[in-house]
Amino acid sequence: MRALRAVVHGIGELFITLGVLLLLFVGWQLWWTDVVAGRAQEQTARELEQTWKPQAGGAAGAPVARAADPGKGATLAQIPMGRAFALIRVPRFGRDYVRPILQGTELSVLDEGVGHYDTSAGPGQVGNFAVAGHRVTYAKPFNQIAELRSGDAVVVETRTTYYVYRVVGHTIVTPDRVDVVAPVPERPGAVPTTAMMTMTACHPEFSARERYVVYSALSQTVPKTSGKVPAVLMAAAPSTPRS
Amino acid sequence: MYAMLWRHLPGPWPVRATLALVLALVAIALLFVWGFPVLAPLMPFNDGTVSQ
Repeated sequence: MRALRAVVHGIGELFITLGVLLLLFVGWQLWWTDVVAGRAQEQTARELEQTWKPQAGGAAGAPVARAADPGKGATLAQIPMGRAFALIRVPRFGRDYVRPILQGTELSVLDEGVGHYDTSAGPGQVGNFAVAGHRVTYAKPFNQIAELRSGDAVVVETRTTYYVYRVVGHTIVTPDRVDVVAPVPERPGAVPTTAMMTMTACHPEFSARERYVVYSALSQTVPKTSGKVPAVLMAAAPSTPRS
Repeated sequence: MYAMLWRHLPGPWPVRATLALVLALVAIALLFVWGFPVLAPLMPFNDGTVSQ
């Protein structure tokens, strides 16, 4: 009888422990990864901006691309996986919203920012500049992706250039639909004539059942040598009409 | 399990309680820094990419 009581007691403690561990994991995933990744992504973005400045000092921290502008195309393939090479700003996501874009879409890369499908085109290039981002957890760069509306600006900044894309539409697909990141989205094999951008994130939130996909088209190219900054980055964040 | 741990902790109860708290915090820290990051990629909700 005594032995039985000890066994039941032990099983009870085990279940309580498992429950606490599960709660801890949820807390870590939903809160702590945002804290840590948010700090890291902010730092990466700041360092990237630093290296873009002429005669930048060698800042320590996450690796950033110092090489020639990937937007020029020739060097895009040479960017190592996990290396930050551009910044993304989306006024709809907030005035201060800025995240680094890193090469590759491995999970370990996406935890550090927005990931570039490494075989897709570079920023501003004819073809499809395709990126993926977390919708939840790890500072969730694409948390508000479903709030993007046609005409919203998505600005990609490289060392030399601002590329202003405008949202043209969205779709929700199954995760195997790689044609959404094809050079001409949804038309694999077609020869591209325009510069497009595709953003992908998981859908619905907290699920991997589908992907939320936003298409944008290049509308403006502003070289930094012009000394100008795209007007969309100067204006206040757009109001959020829900249609 | 926890009763046994309590019995093996030294000192009067305030010391034991403090030690137990420290042990719990160390366990949580280890999980946050090492345990959960290993587990996370196995979770189904973290993938936002399209692939075949």
